[in-house]
Amino acid sequence: MQVREPRRRYVSIDCFVQLLGAFHALKIHEYQAKSVLARFGVPVPRGEVAFSAAEAGDIARRLGGDIAVVKAQIHAGGRGKGGGVKLAKSPEEAEQLAKQMIGMTLITHQTGPEGKKVGRVLIEEGLQIDRELYLSIVIDRASASPVIIASAAGGMDIEEVAASHPEQILREAIDPGTGVIPFQARKLAFGMGLPAAAAPKLVKVLDSIYKAFIETDASMIEINPLILTKGGDLLALDAKVSFDDNALYRHPDLRDFRDLTEEDPLEVEASKFSLNYIRLEGNIGCMVNGAGLAMATMDIIKLAGGEPANFLDVGGGANAEQIRNAFKILTSDKNVKAVLINIFGGILRCDVLAQGVIAAVTELGVPVPIVIRMEGTNVDEGKRMLRESGLNFTTADSMGEAADTVVALAKAR
Amino acid sequence: MAVLLDKNTRLVVQGLTGREGTFHAKAAAAYGTTVVGGVTPGKGGTRHEGWPVFNSVHDAVRETGANATVIFVPPPFAADAIMEATDAGISLAVCITEGIPTIDMLRAFTFMEGKATRLIGPNCPGIISAGKGKAGIIPAHICREGRIGIVSKSGTLTYEAIHQLTRQGMGQTTCIGIGGDPLIGTSFIDALKLFAADPDTEAVIMIGEIGGTAEQEAADFIKREFKKPVVGFIAGQTAPPGRRMGHAGAIIAGGQGTAAEKMEALTKAGVHVAKSPADMGVRMKDALGR
Repeated sequence: MQVREPRRRYVSIDCFVQLLGAFHALKIHEYQAKSVLARFGVPVPRGEVAFSAAEAGDIARRLGGDIAVVKAQIHAGGRGKGGGVKLAKSPEEAEQLAKQMIGMTLITHQTGPEGKKVGRVLIEEGLQIDRELYLSIVIDRASASPVIIASAAGGMDIEEVAASHPEQILREAIDPGTGVIPFQARKLAFGMGLPAAAAPKLVKVLDSIYKAFIETDASMIEINPLILTKGGDLLALDAKVSFDDNALYRHPDLRDFRDLTEEDPLEVEASKFSLNYIRLEGNIGCMVNGAGLAMATMDIIKLAGGEPANFLDVGGGANAEQIRNAFKILTSDKNVKAVLINIFGGILRCDVLAQGVIAAVTELGVPVPIVIRMEGTNVDEGKRMLRESGLNFTTADSMGEAADTVVALAKAR
Repeated sequence: MAVLLDKNTRLVVQGLTGREGTFHAKAAAAYGTTVVGGVTPGKGGTRHEGWPVFNSVHDAVRETGANATVIFVPPPFAADAIMEATDAGISLAVCITEGIPTIDMLRAFTFMEGKATRLIGPNCPGIISAGKGKAGIIPAHICREGRIGIVSKSGTLTYEAIHQLTRQGMGQTTCIGIGGDPLIGTSFIDALKLFAADPDTEAVIMIGEIGGTAEQEAADFIKREFKKPVVGFIAGQTAPPGRRMGHAGAIIAGGQGTAAEKMEALTKAGVHVAKSPADMGVRMKDALGR
């Protein structure tokens, strides 16, 4: 009998993959992230979100002080360099800056060349910064434990720090049974060279962040920077939090944070039908069951000289109705010149697939050629239905043949 | 011989009375698996499709001598089901459920530490030992008894590999779907160790995908000590960086976890890497010099 080995106590570099990724999750805005963290006792600057310039001015007036910070709220980092974070010396200036920012398209290294439209801004008090630190928490796959990553090099791209100065990256694996033990937090505090008086404060901050992580089912919390003020306080000056999609059922409050304007409209539509759809740049629409086979289908299209228009996994248990919806979404992408359906029927039976495809094509009148490759449960019945439907399908016996055929058909158009 | 699952396996189905549980319990029994009963809390003492239903895994083990479980329990309750099977001393737990919250799995792994249960999955198609039995959803009719082992992160790509092998006249010993989640119970290396020790397994197909570093770690292991031929495929060669491709684990970020990087590591370890998913069977034929 094999006994499960005790978990490894070192932390692999893989946590960075997830940290920088963390895409398997609901993403939220900075101001929302800060409100979640504040709920668990993490100190954040005073501030409020504004949807209009007038609101921004009012908020700045309420905050008082000499300086207000106006921060564009989009789901992407690198906002400062793109002109999405500015200082205002008066409420009037804050209003003016908000006016410029709301409605502008912000381009950063994370938005892609098309940029993201700014719909709201966060107005915050200005603070006297002594030092900028980096803190994050993610799950490390290799050790199957949450890990805290910390660095004295805050305010910078942590990926660059990891590449150029790996010694400046500190990691501490957390035992889910104990949570953050104070000595672990002190180790990080002294490791980052914080003054002795700040160490107990970091103990508190880390305890709060860890609780927030576990209790909200976060998949990532990143605070960059965590600042030490001239007055000796620690505050989360910026915050990025994303949540585990699979756990949202137990956090109805977090679901309200979803900002649909940040997502591709076709992807939003697909998510309503529990379809896993990602829009890409090419012209060959794909419909596949299973994520691995869907990725492999994209790969084989590319090997055949074509470009996939999307990733679409209809799932193992899709029914005729879902196939219809999938088809609708697939073909509403105007770039699509041909469609490849690649199904390996395990639970999903080929006759059910055929029925769904025939219904969808009859109803929607798909104007592009369709190549179908199916295999597995009830394949003969499925093929017979396609043949007898009188519709113009091309069938293929293997993945390779299917890819060659669909690429040729797309190129001919 | 086969690994993990054979004629001595006595399988209990957690979630037997649900739609999926019922369907796949029947399919497993039809394939010759010894299915001894089911567990559905609250329905203990009843019978379902002729099988006894128990309130707990402990009861099932005591009454039927079950030594393996396949879990078809909805995501909110699946981690609980895994821990219950572990506590009952089941040696093999196969969790098919997709969409279990990560924090739940974190708790489950903490609970399982030092205990004797091997977990396959979650979010996987399960295991099939050709001609002997199955625990999970892999369609049995595409399998044929033979000498190739398969270990894969992806469900339908596993079917694809089985199908290609069978078409090339090569059968399988055991096919293991390890699952596409970031946290899984059995790694590539764990599975390779099992195949290494199985005299009937002559060669292995290993199917990975983008995200994480499990494939690179497996490459190191193969280079160091795995003597049997391995054919590899990595899905997601064309995946755009930073997007989750269906499986929670399948993301590329910061230039790490790419297919290119994994394929290179495997090639360097002497693995016969198939560029095209259509070539897994052919590559195996080449690798075995047939």
